[in-house]
Amino acid sequence: MPDATGLELLAQRVRENVAQDAVVDTVHHRGQATLDVSRARVREVLCYLHGSDEEPYEILASLHGCDYLPAEPRLGVHYQLLSMARQERLGVRTRMSIDEACVPTVTDLFPTADFQEREVYDFFGVEFEGHPDLRRILMPEDYEGHPQRRDFPIGGEPVLFTHNEHELPRWYE
Amino acid sequence: MSSDRTELPDPTAIPYREREQSITVDSTTHTLPDSELEPETELLTINIGPHHPATHGVLRLLTTLEGEVVRNVKPIIGYVHTGIEKSCEDQEYWKVIPFVERMDYLSYYFNAQAFCMAVEGLLDEDVPRRAEYLRVIHLELNRIASHLFWLGTAALDIGAMSMLWWALRERDYILDLFEMSSGQRLHTRYFQVGGVIEDIPPGFETKVREFLALMPSRIDQYEALLDRNEIWLQRMRNTGIVPRERLLELGVTGPLLRAAGEPWDLRKAMPYSVYDEFEFSIPVGTVGDNYDRYRVRLAEMRESIRIVSQALDGLPEGPFITGNRKVALPPRHELATSMEALIHHFKLVTEGFRVPPGEFYAPIESPRGELGCFVLADGSAKPARVHMRDPSFVNLQSLKEMGEGSYLADFIACVAMLDPILGGVDR
Repeated sequence: MPDATGLELLAQRVRENVAQDAVVDTVHHRGQATLDVSRARVREVLCYLHGSDEEPYEILASLHGCDYLPAEPRLGVHYQLLSMARQERLGVRTRMSIDEACVPTVTDLFPTADFQEREVYDFFGVEFEGHPDLRRILMPEDYEGHPQRRDFPIGGEPVLFTHNEHELPRWYE
Repeated sequence: MSSDRTELPDPTAIPYREREQSITVDSTTHTLPDSELEPETELLTINIGPHHPATHGVLRLLTTLEGEVVRNVKPIIGYVHTGIEKSCEDQEYWKVIPFVERMDYLSYYFNAQAFCMAVEGLLDEDVPRRAEYLRVIHLELNRIASHLFWLGTAALDIGAMSMLWWALRERDYILDLFEMSSGQRLHTRYFQVGGVIEDIPPGFETKVREFLALMPSRIDQYEALLDRNEIWLQRMRNTGIVPRERLLELGVTGPLLRAAGEPWDLRKAMPYSVYDEFEFSIPVGTVGDNYDRYRVRLAEMRESIRIVSQALDGLPEGPFITGNRKVALPPRHELATSMEALIHHFKLVTEGFRVPPGEFYAPIESPRGELGCFVLADGSAKPARVHMRDPSFVNLQSLKEMGEGSYLADFIACVAMLDPILGGVDR
C-alpha cells in the first residue's frame, strides 16, 4: 500500500499526466489507499497506472460495484489494482448517479475484467461501453431490475411453489 | 463349399492377446452416400452440464466440437446463485459469518477469515496472538481438506476411482478435528470478529499431531497410486497449457498460476495474520500443464502440514478472542455476577456492534487463489455491501484457453484441474 504521502504524490502524477480534473479525491483509510477518479477519466487513469506511471500496477485484482444510497452520486465502481513486483495495492474508485450509470470498459487493458464487469452490470445496472459481450451473468437473462441496488427489496420476489404458481404473475411464460 | 470364399482362421487358435489384431475393419469403412460434408469438418454444439458430475457443481459449458476436438467453450453460470451478498446486507456483522461461509463450501474457514479481516480492519481491532495461531491451524487444515476433495474428484474424472475413497478418508479425519474444536464438521462458524469463538478443547493438539504424523505417508500413497500410473500421466502431461503471461492477464491466481512458474502466494508475498512467523516454501511448476497443477497442489499439502506443525509448537498462551466487550461476547460466567457484562451481552446479541463508516478490501490466499472480501460500512450494525472476489469466478475465465484445441476428454481433465467451486462462482 502506498502511504498517505505516496498516495498524494501518485495523485499529483496522475493530475499532471492525465488531466487536472481526473483525481477528485484521495482517501487513506485504515492503511488502504484509494484514488477517487472522475467517471469520464477513469479509463485514462487506469491506462496510465497500468503502463505509463513510474510505479505501475500491472494486475487488476478485483472489480466490483457498490451502491452508496442515500449518498449521491449513488453508484460506485471499484478497481483493486495490484503490483506484484512491489507488493502494493491501490484502490481506484469512481462514483456516478443512476441516470448516467455508464463507464468505459477496461477489458482490453485487463482481460480479467470480462466476467466482473458483467457481474457489475447484472447487479447494479452499470453499462460498460465497449464491453465485447455485456449480458447478465448470474441472474436469468430475462430478469428485470438490478438486485444489488440498495432500493431493491430483499425477499421482493415471491417464491414459486406448486400451490401458488397460478396466483403469481408471469407464471405462464 | 465354393472356392472363392476366404477361409477364416479358427479364432481359438490365435493367442488371446493377439486376437484383437487379427480383426480387420476394412469392410466396415464406407462413405455415406450424398454426404457433402466430411464428418470431421462438421461442427457440433453440445451442452456439458449443468447436471454432470464432471463439472464439479452446476456448471454449464456450451461447447463447440469439431469431431473430438474442442473449438469453443462458453461457461454459463448462475444456476446456484442464491444472493448471499444481498442477504449479508440484512444481517448484523456477526451474523454475516455463517452466510459467507456458504459461498465456497469447501474452504469455509477462508471465507470467514477474509470477512473477519475486513471487519477487523474497519474496526481497527487487534486479534490476540493465540487467536491468530488457532486461525492459522484451522485455515491450513482446511486447505488440506479442500485439496483432498479436489484430488479425489479430479482423479475420479480421469477414471481413478479408488482415489476418491482414499482422499475422503483423510478429509474425514480433518472434519473430525473441526467437529472437536467447534462442534460442526462443515460451516463451523469458528472464526469471530476479533478472534475465535472458543479455545481448542483438551486433546485437540494430540489429535492434530497424530494426523500430522499420518498425513505425509498418506500423500506418499497417493503419489504411488498416481505418479506411476500410465493413464494418469498421459492424461495430465502437456494438456491444458496456458502461458504464465496470459494467466496473469486473465487474473488467475493460486495453484494454477504457481503451476505456470509464477511464485505468487499472498501468504509469502504480502503476509497477513501471522504467516510471516512460519517457515514454509511455495511450490511452483515449470510447464504449467495439468500435471504441474496436480504436483503443486500435492506439494502445497505437505507445506500446510509444516505450517500446522509449527503453529502447534509455537501456540502462545493468552486470550482466544479480543477483550473489547463492544465487539466480542463476554465470558458466560461473568453474566451472573457483572451487570456490565450482562448489558454488553444484551446489546451485542440484540443489535450487534456498530462499525464506523469506511471501506476495506481484505485479500487472503485461499486454496484456489486470491479471495478478497470487500466490506462497505455505513456506520450501522449491518454492512452496506459485502463482496467476495472469489478465485473460482475469476479463474473460470481461463477455461476457454485451456480447453480450446484439445480433445474433449482432455477438456474434462482441464475442468477438474481448474477446481471451480460453483458455490463460490455463483454466490
